[in-house]
This record gives sequence, structure tokens and C-alpha cells, in this order.
Amino acid sequence: MMRIVLCVVYLIAAPFVGCLLDGCDRKITARMQGRQGPSVYQPWWDLQKLLAKERLMVNPSQFYLMASYTVFVVISGALFFCGSDLLLVFFALTTSEMFMVLAASTTSSPYSSMGANRELIQMTSSEPMVLLTAVGLYLATGTFSVAETAAMGGLPIICKLPGFFIGFVFILTIKMRKSPFDVSTSHHAHQEMVKGVTTEMSGATLACETIANWYEHVMLMGIIGLFCLNGTVWSMLLAIVVALAVYFLEVLIDNTSARVKWQTMFKLAWGVTIVCAGVNLFVLQMLR
Amino acid sequence: MKLSRSPWLIHYDCSSCNGCDIEVLAATMPRYDVERFGIINTGDPMHADILLTTGGCNHQNAPVLKQIYEQMPNPKVVVAVGTCACTGGVFKDCYNILGGTDTVIPVDVYVTGCAARPESIIDGVVQALAILDQKYEAYTTDPKAKEGN
Amino acid sequence: MIANLVPVLILFPFLVAAATALIKEDQLRGCVIYTGSAVTIVAALTLVAQWALGGAQTVELYVETGTVDHIILACELLLMCLVIFLSCAHGKFPIAMLSAVQTLGVVWFEVLSGVELEEKAHMVIDRFTIIMVLIVACVGCLIATYAVGYMRGYHQHHTEFADRRSFFLPLLFVFIGAMFGLVLSANMAWMYFFWEITSVISFLLIGYTQTEEAVTNSFRALWMNLLGGLGYAAGIIWFGWTYGTIDLYDLVASGSAGEAVAIGCVALLAFAALTKSAQLPFSQWLLGAMVAPTPSSALLHSATMVKAGVYLLLRLAPAMHGNLAGYMVAFIGGLTFFSASLMAISTSDGKRVLAFSTISNLGLITACAGVGSAETVWAGLFLIVFHAVSKSMLFQCIGAIENTTHSRDVESMHGLIQRQPKLATIMIIGICGMFLAPFGMLISKWAALKSFVEAGRIFGTLLVLMVCFGSATTLLYWSKWLSKLVAINHTKPQKDITEQGEYLSLFLHAAAMVLICLCFPVLSGKLMQPILETMYGAVDPTISTGNLIIMVVLLACVLVLPALLATLSKKVQRREVLNYMAGINTGDNNHFIDTMGNDKELQLSAWYLENWFGENKVMKPSLIAAVAIIVLMLGVILGGALV
Repeated sequence: MMRIVLCVVYLIAAPFVGCLLDGCDRKITARMQGRQGPSVYQPWWDLQKLLAKERLMVNPSQFYLMASYTVFVVISGALFFCGSDLLLVFFALTTSEMFMVLAASTTSSPYSSMGANRELIQMTSSEPMVLLTAVGLYLATGTFSVAETAAMGGLPIICKLPGFFIGFVFILTIKMRKSPFDVSTSHHAHQEMVKGVTTEMSGATLACETIANWYEHVMLMGIIGLFCLNGTVWSMLLAIVVALAVYFLEVLIDNTSARVKWQTMFKLAWGVTIVCAGVNLFVLQMLR
Repeated sequence: MKLSRSPWLIHYDCSSCNGCDIEVLAATMPRYDVERFGIINTGDPMHADILLTTGGCNHQNAPVLKQIYEQMPNPKVVVAVGTCACTGGVFKDCYNILGGTDTVIPVDVYVTGCAARPESIIDGVVQALAILDQKYEAYTTDPKAKEGN
Repeated sequence: MIANLVPVLILFPFLVAAATALIKEDQLRGCVIYTGSAVTIVAALTLVAQWALGGAQTVELYVETGTVDHIILACELLLMCLVIFLSCAHGKFPIAMLSAVQTLGVVWFEVLSGVELEEKAHMVIDRFTIIMVLIVACVGCLIATYAVGYMRGYHQHHTEFADRRSFFLPLLFVFIGAMFGLVLSANMAWMYFFWEITSVISFLLIGYTQTEEAVTNSFRALWMNLLGGLGYAAGIIWFGWTYGTIDLYDLVASGSAGEAVAIGCVALLAFAALTKSAQLPFSQWLLGAMVAPTPSSALLHSATMVKAGVYLLLRLAPAMHGNLAGYMVAFIGGLTFFSASLMAISTSDGKRVLAFSTISNLGLITACAGVGSAETVWAGLFLIVFHAVSKSMLFQCIGAIENTTHSRDVESMHGLIQRQPKLATIMIIGICGMFLAPFGMLISKWAALKSFVEAGRIFGTLLVLMVCFGSATTLLYWSKWLSKLVAINHTKPQKDITEQGEYLSLFLHAAAMVLICLCFPVLSGKLMQPILETMYGAVDPTISTGNLIIMVVLLACVLVLPALLATLSKKVQRREVLNYMAGINTGDNNHFIDTMGNDKELQLSAWYLENWFGENKVMKPSLIAAVAIIVLMLGVILGGALV
């Protein structure tokens, strides 16, 4: 029952929370750069505008593929918050990203296709760490179920999984398209690939992408929070604090690191995965 | 619902001497903080609401400008930045120059200056925002406006 | 009743083969093949029905088999003579030696050595056998029907090769017959006979075009498989000598009990299976097999040949649980899974990508068998089923695409969805089935990952890492192919020369795949669970039924949602605009204006990352690692057993 409530709350509240996080992101970014910055409601206004604008069609398939992407992100988020199997959540998330890649490459447009290729490299870079995160949580708790993991007593699992946590935060930078790893597209006005995967998207199609991002960000923060939960109330507070701290960290990384090339991203992501998660995994297996 | 709360820009250099281009970029730098109006420089016509043009139009770039303009979703506004973009400027009588931006696409706001100052560019964009809202109203009420304007 | 049906099932394909070889008239031959395939499928289904009506119990057949044993021995000698003749004709004397040693060894052991072997059932039918029979019958026969139309198109397109269809088509049926024999046999000597037939037939199929490359590749396939055969023969002789029985199930039982000699024999048999399943370091033969016409690739890769290897491995799985033989097999499997998927990234030849993917997926099955716990065997069984169906479909599809568009390069498939909508759709379904979330392969991978965590400390860690990284690379090579297919660039549809027979096979495959995915929970509960119970006793389901049902719902979403959204969004008015090409799109999205003011065609290419994952970079280290693993571990196992 609790699970269903949580799931429904996620479905309704996630876009607003995500939107607000996004707004804070832009505000904090502006302050870091010594600017006043937009209102925290700016992302909401952007979304409204996108929905109000004329519908353009570069390609008949693009819109429904993007809409499918959004729905699948929402489904994977819902699966996560109703406490189902973590691997299942990640697989559903991967499927959703697949739709995004297809939406970008179906246009046969040069910038969009290049963006799609880079998106695939991004997925390849982060996928091992994503899967290993699930494995790590299993080793720490003996279950893949999110609900059981969250209710597990004892020390928060982050104590057992510091390597996994670092690795996951590292690839979070890729997943959230922050500056260093914004190789396929970014929410900034970097113009290397024009707008990468979203180049050919306008109006409602782009709005789909924005909404999906909000849902996804909330879910990713939920996974960060999961590292800290142990069934008690204070751990929930801790989870929220840690998630916000990680979000702030990502904004900081965004503003302090220039973009890196995809080659570096790939090497770094796999390297960090092997070193942090691999070593942690090995240690956990030895302690079993 | 006001579109003017979230105006995204695209900047196209027709055949500017780069003076106005530098000023346009300067205006979007943190120094002037245009993001406080929600303004973002996107570089992609599909995302943009406001087209900033610099320099006079010539035969080679007229179709390019036109194509970019068509790729912008309605409602949209055009701001011609600098004297050349307004009238063709000192290049007006050159054999290859058609004239200002308005010889190719409809222009809503003219920002003069050689080069235009960042303050006046920002002022021009803010004026364009009012026009954007008017156009949106027309767009939602008048079905003909949907055909393109 | 079943006892009478089994010989029919095995011998009937041979009969069809003989008929096909004799009939030269194209139309009539086609009819014979269609009828033969249909009858074979019906025979297999009858067998399954009979078995199910009889209570779905394990059925043991043919305890007393005096004459048949002799016939089989005679045939084995004939086969040996054939191999020796062909090898000597091409000057490959070591291969002739390899064949002679093992065949004579087995013959000596059975006839002259004087070892009294316990008389046991020579054939056993249980659920696993039934699954394999169904796969071989349905997929194999569909490939045969597909081959009729394909080969006609093939010889129109490739006029440079001699038309030897009356040699090629019968071999397909011989292959199917041998596979039936192989999966039904419980007696290792019988199984060895069918094992050798598949080796030789695959050699003949690969050499079909008789070009220099084909001949070289076919002999490579032959020596690698014969090397495996040698391991097999040694395993039989050693086990029979020590225990006085050559029953496969006795071997598994003794191996599970942890007896050193039995584990040594298991390792030898597993070695044979590794060669047959084209695991590293023996992957080259399967890659070389690409020179043959597509139906033979489809047959080798999906329903037969390579499946024989993993079938044997899964049979042996309980005997490999937690011992060195299992570690060896699992390491080789994990390594193959990862490095083959890396090499697939840098390949643009569609058939070669499929070949690497086959090797990689078989690697996963091998690793599952090597770990040998109930959960991994569950995953392995499902992987076999899904892989057989989707790979056969993909191969047939790429064959049809090649006949129609004269290219099988992934790059040339840009925008195929417009030019060949039907073929592209089937291709998309096949590819999705290979790696995307709610489809079967991924569920099995999910189960495998879960159970590898439990497999052991260092061992489990390494396997988990290999699977995680291998999944990422698998994602890359499939999805970039997928994104090529769906690109739309406003070209006109081409004429499709794919025949009805080929489409029948393709559509049946596609339907079968979607159906199997949708019936996943039922299959798991009714079919796979009992298999595990007979192998391991009571077991918990690896993936709970609840999760399986979520998967099925997700699958329905993947199938329905895009279509639903597409219809819904059709009504929305939208203005068509050109692609963004910095304003220099010439108006058809395919050309742009270059710096000289001329139209230039836009060429888009996927990324192949040759400098990272090229075959020349990855193959050598993988081979060295694999050889090292096999030599070291096999040495330790055999040494331990002998001492």
C-alpha cells in the first residue's frame, strides 16, 4: 500500500520537484558566475512556452518516439518508487534511452545523428556502473528489491558501498548531461553539435524531453537516497540531505569543469567503474 | 501564458564585419546576465523564438537566412542588430548586397549602431518580447496566423 | 509408440535429403523440401504430444541395441574415410590423422578393448530434449524452406559460383537429422557419432562455393571441431574404462559427486563443447563460416551446430558446479562474451556482426553452464531458446536484404525502413529481441547476472564484471545498427525480390519470438522449472513471477505504445520543415550546398571505433588469454585426475 502511494506521489510530484531542482540549478549556477540569474520558476515557464509553440515536423516518427521515451522514463521511475527490482528499473531506463536515440537518428540529420552516436557512447560509458550499482546493493543487502533495501536495518549501506557511491556519482554527471560529459547534448548553450540529439526537436517534442529529464533526475536522486536509507526516519532525512548535496556537487562540477572529449569520458568512466566499483565489489565478495 | 518569459535566441551572421557579432556575444555573457529575463542563446532555429541578425544580406546567404527563419516555430520575432542589418549600411551599394535583413525576411525590431552597443541590443530584445506576446495572442486567436507570418 | 516415432524423426530428414539429392528439377525439389519440412515438424510435434500425453515423464528408450550399435560404428568408419579422403585430397594430412585417431580409438574401445559396458537406455527423452527437438524441428525446417527461395536468388545474384544446390539442400536435412539424434542420445558413443556428423556436414556446407577462401575456412572449421571430437573421444574412453558405462547421465551423476576422474572426463567433454560452440580460442571457424550461403550460416548459428555445444554444456552443468572444470568453462564463456561483443562494435559487415553476437551470446550461455547452479541453468535454457529463434530470423533477414539490395553492410542499411519496410521491420524485431529490455534475451541476462553474484568470491566478481561491461558493449553494437535501420531520408522504396517462402519463414519466426516473450512466465513455470527440479531437486525461481509479469507488461508497452502514440499524434496539425543543416539544406534533406556552391550528398555513418575495439587489437590478447586458461586449467584438472 505504502509502495503504491509512493509511486503515485512520484508520478504526480516528480515533474514539479524536478522542475524546481532544475530552477535551483540555474539560480545556483548564475550565482556561482556572479550573476543574478533567472527565477527558480524559469524551467516551468520554458516548458509552458514549448508546449504553446507551433508544432513542427521534421520527420513523422520523431514525436511519438520521443513521447515513448518519456513514458518509459516515467515507467522506470514508477517501478523504482514502488520498490521493485533495481535491475529491472535500470533495464527499463536503458530501453527508454533507446527510444531517444532512435528519435534522434530517425531524422537522418547530421547534427542529430552525431548526437545519437555520442549518446550511445555515453550509454556505453555509464552502463557498466549502472548495472554494478544494482549488484553492489545486492551484495550489501542480499536483495535486488528496492523496497527491501530501503527497509533494511543496520548501518546505511553507503558505509559498505563507498566505491559504488563514488562511481555512481561519477556517472551521474554523464546521466544528467552536466558540462564535462555533455557530449551528446546539454542544457547549456554549448554549440559544438548545435544541440546534439535534440537538434531537430521543437515545441512539444522538446517539452517531452524536458519532462522526461525531470522524472529521470528525481529517480536518480532517489537512487542516491537509497544508499542512505535504513528504514528509520533520520535516515530519510539523511537521504534527502545527501541527495541534495550530490545535486549541488553536480552543479559545482558543471561550473568548474570545462567539457571533455568523448574519448576521455569513455576512458574515465570505465576506469572509475573498474577502480571504485570493482575494488569495492571484490572487497565485499571477500568479506561475505 | 506569456511567451516573453522564456525567449530563446538564435544569432545569424549574414555578412557582418564581426563588430556587431562580438557585441551580440558580449551581451549574452555573464556581464549583462540576460538569463535573468530567461533569455538563452540556443544556436538552433528549432528551439529559438527570436532571431538576431547582423550584417547586410547578400545573394549567397539570403536563402540560408530564409531557411533558418522557416525552421523556427511560430510565433517568432526577428531583431536586426546594427546598421548593416537594418539597411545594408555602408555596404548598401555593393554589387553583391541585397540590403538589410528586411529584404529577405520580415523584421520586427531594428537596433541601430555601428557597432550596436550591448545595452541597445538587450533593449531591442526586450522590445521584441512585447511583440512576441502580441504575436502569440494573434497566433492563438487567429487561425490564419498559424499558417505563418 | 514413442519408441517407434524416434527413429522416424531421426531417419526421415535423411530420407528427405536423399530425395532432394536425386531430384534435379527445381520446382519439384522445392515441393519435396516444403513437404519434408512440414512432415518433420509434424513428426516432432507428434513426438512432443505423445510424450506429453504419456505424462510428460522422462522416457528411457532402447536398452538392447546390438545391430544398431554396429551400424553406427560402420557409419563412423565411413565418415572417417570421407574425412581422410577429402583432407588428403587437399593435402591436409594432420586433419586426416586427427580424424583417424579419434574414430579408431572409439571403435577399438567399443569392439576390441574387451571392456564390458553396462547396458543402459541409449536414448532418453525429458523436457530439455523436448525443447531442443522443438527448436531443431521448427527453426531448422523453417530455414530449409527459406533456403529454397534464397538459393534461387543467390545463384541469380552470384553467377560466378557453380550451382550445386542438389548438394547443398540435402545437407541441410542431414544436419537436422543428426541434431535430432544428438539431442535424443543418452549414450555418449551414439552422441559422438551424431556429433561427428555435424562437424563434417558443417565442413561441407562452409566449403560450398569452393573458392580458395571457402576451402581454407572449411578446413579450419574441420580441424577445430575434430580437435574437440578428439577431446570427446578421449572423455568417452576414459570414463568407460574407469566406470564401465558410457551413459551421459552416469557421467553427470559421478561428476556431481565430485569424483576426480569423472570431472576430468567432464572437462574433456566440455572442451569438445567449447570448440563446437565457437568459444575462444576456437571462434575463428564460425567467423570463417560466413563465406557460405546464408541458410547454412543461419543453421550453424541458430538451431544446430553451435547449439549442440551449449546443449552438452548445460547437460553437464550440475557436474561442473563449483569445481575447476566449471571455472574453466565459465571463464572462457565470460571472456568470450566480453571480447566478442567488443569486436562486434568495430565490424560493419552485417553477417560478421551477427557472427560475433552469436559467439558472444554463446559465451554467456557457456558461462551460465560453467557456474552450473540451478539459476544459471535456467538462464542458459532461456538464452538457448531465444537465441535460436532470433538469430535464425536475423540471418534469414540479412540474407534476404543482401539478395535484394546487393549489400549486407550495416552502412548500406541506412534508411532501410523506407526502402524495404517489411524486411526492416523484421530486422528491428530481431535486433530488439537480442538486447532490449523486456525481450527474452535480456531477462535471461538479468537472471545470469543475479546468479553470477552468488557464484563465488574471485570467480563471481570477475564474471559479474565481464557481464556488466559486456552488456554495455552489446548495447552499443546493436543500437547503432538499429538507429541505421530507422533513419528516414526520403529515398524511394526498392523492388523486393524476397520470395513468399522466405517471408513465411521470417514472419513465423517474428511471431514465434513475440509469442515466446509474452508466454515467458508460463514457459518458466511449466517447462524450465521442472527441468531444474530433475537436475537439481527443488529450486526457487530465479526471477519471481511478479517481476516476469512486469516484464511482459513492459513488452506489451514497447509493442503497443509507439503505435498508439503514433496514431494519436497523427491528428495534430504540424508544419513540415527541413532538417537543420546550418541553413544549407538543398531541400530534400539528403544534400547540402558545399563551399563551391554545388550540391553535395550527405553521408552519415555510424561509429565503429576501430582504433579502440578493432579485431586486430582485441583478437590476439583474447586468444592468448583463452589458450592460457584452457591449457592451464585443463592441465591441472587432468593431471589431478590421473595422479
